Amino acid sequence: MNDSKFPPNTNRVAEHIVGLPKSGIRDFFELVNAMDDVISLGIGEPDFMTPWHIREASIYALENGHTSYTSNLGLLSLRKEICRYVKSNYAVEYDPVSECIVTVGVSEGLDLLLRAIINPGDEIIYHEPCYVSYAPGIQMAHGIPVVVPTYEKNDFALDPADLKKAITPKSKAILLNFPCNPTGATMPLDKLKEVAQIAIDNDILVIADEIYSELTYEGEHISIASLPGMRERTIFLHGFSKAYAMTGYRIAYACGPVDIIDAMMNIHQYSMLCAPINGQEAALEALRNGKTEMMRMKYEYRDRRNVITKRLNEMGLKCFKPVGAFYVFPNITSSGLSSNEFATRLLNEQNVAVVPGGAFGKCGEGFVRCAYAASIDNIVEAMDRIALFLKR
Amino acid sequence: MKNNILRLLRKNARLSVENIAEQVSSDVATVQKIISELEDENVIRGYQAVIDESKLSELQVKAIIEVHIQPQRDGGFDNIARRLANFAEVNSLYLVSGGYDLQLEVQGESLQEVAGFVSSKLATIEGVTATATHFILKKYKEAGRLFEDGAEYERLKVSP
Repeated sequence: MNDSKFPPNTNRVAEHIVGLPKSGIRDFFELVNAMDDVISLGIGEPDFMTPWHIREASIYALENGHTSYTSNLGLLSLRKEICRYVKSNYAVEYDPVSECIVTVGVSEGLDLLLRAIINPGDEIIYHEPCYVSYAPGIQMAHGIPVVVPTYEKNDFALDPADLKKAITPKSKAILLNFPCNPTGATMPLDKLKEVAQIAIDNDILVIADEIYSELTYEGEHISIASLPGMRERTIFLHGFSKAYAMTGYRIAYACGPVDIIDAMMNIHQYSMLCAPINGQEAALEALRNGKTEMMRMKYEYRDRRNVITKRLNEMGLKCFKPVGAFYVFPNITSSGLSSNEFATRLLNEQNVAVVPGGAFGKCGEGFVRCAYAASIDNIVEAMDRIALFLKR
Repeated sequence: MKNNILRLLRKNARLSVENIAEQVSSDVATVQKIISELEDENVIRGYQAVIDESKLSELQVKAIIEVHIQPQRDGGFDNIARRLANFAEVNSLYLVSGGYDLQLEVQGESLQEVAGFVSSKLATIEGVTATATHFILKKYKEAGRLFEDGAEYERLKVSP
C-alpha cells in the first residue's frame, strides 16, 4: 500500500477514515497466513463445510438460471421463512414485508443500521472485548464509540451497573453481542432484563448481534428483543454464517421496527442493491431443511469445548466453560507474557495460532482467543503443544 | 452420556477412552464402564477399519445379491436368512422391503469364486427361488465416508 506516487501526508483520504484505529493485529494475521503447517485455533468461522444439501440447492438454483437481482429487501420467500424461524426460535414476531431485510452478512446489516440511526456525534455504547468491526463501524458512520469493558470475574457478561455509567444524553444505542466473539460469554437472564430496563428508562435503541445464538450448549438462548417493551426498540441482527457453516455465502438479516428497517433498506438499495441471489437460495434451503446438520455440528462444538476448557485449565490457563459460540478466552498472565508475545512466540515455537486478546479491545489484554472450530485431533494436538510451550 | 459415547465411537472407534471422557465431560473410569457394558450387552458388536480396497494390490471382488425366497411356515424368513448369514463369504445380510426379500453383500478373490458361491451354494438352498448378482464396480462411499479425496482449497488460517 506504500505506493510512492501517493505521499502519505496529503489529505486525499477523509478525516474520519484516516482516524480509524489501525488494527494492530494485521501484522500478526499476515504472519500466520504466510506460514505452512500451522495448527490454527485462530479462525473465526466454522471448520465444517457447508452441508451438502445446502450446496446442492444452490447448484440447482444456478442450473435453473436463478442469477438475477432480487427485491432490495431480499427474496420474499426467504423473508417469510426467516420471520417464521425467528418467531419460533426467538419468540418475536416480525412482518416479512416491512420488518425484515436480507443483508450481505451481519457486517453489512450492522453498517446499514449504524448509518441509518447515527447523527454525527451520537454515542453508541458497546462492550469489549468484542468483534473487531464495532468501533470502526460506529466511526465510519460519524458516531462516537463508547466502550464498556466486561470482566473475567463476570465470565465476560455485561454488568448492567457498568452500562448505566456509560449512558449520557447523547447515547443513541447499545450494541450487544451474546453469545460473544471473542469471549464465548452469554448473558444471564436477570442481567439481560436489567440491560433492557436501562434501554427503556433512557429511551435508547438496542442492537442485538445474535449471530452465534444457535450455538448455545446449555440452557436456552433468550433474545433481548423478546423481553417486554423491547421489540419496538431492538434491531435483531442474525445470519447463516455460523450455525449453518455458510460464511462465504455472506447472507444475514435484520429484523426490527418498520421505520428503521425502511431506513436501512434505503441505504442498502443505493449501495448494495440486494444480497446475492445464490446465497439467498442457499439460505432458504438451510432454513427449510438444515436443522439436522446444524445440530450435528453443534454437538461437535460442544464436545470440543469440553476438551479445550478442561485442558487449558489443567495447564494453568484459566478460563470459564462458555455456554455459547465457539471460543474460549483463557487468561494467559500466568505465563508472564503479554497476549501479543504469547501468540507470537506460540506461533514461532510450536506452530499453533491463537489470537491475542488485545485485538478485541484493551481489556482483552492478558487473554488469548482460542477458537474450537477445529477438528478434535487438531485441538488435542494444539493443547499438547501449548503445554510444551508453557514448560519452557 | 451413553448416546454421546456411541456417537463419538461411530465416527471414530479408535478414540482413546481418555479423549472420549474429555469430550463428554466425564472421567475415564465411568466411560470405560459404559463402553464395557455396551460391549457386554452386544450393543457394540465390533470395531472395524473402513478400507479403500482399490488402493491395495490384492484383488477383492464384491457383489450385492438380491435373493427371492419362499418363506417357511415355521420360521418365516429367519431360518433361511440364518443359513445364508453363516457363510464366510457373506459380509452383510438384510431382510428388505420391495421387489426381493434378502440383500447380501458377498466377497471373494475372483469373479469365478463369487459366481461359484452363488450357483453352487446360494441358489441350491431350499427356499431360495431366484437370485440376481450385481458386481460392485467402484465404491464412492462406505460407512459414511467418501472415497474420493477432495481437492484442497485456500482457506484463511486466522480471521477475526
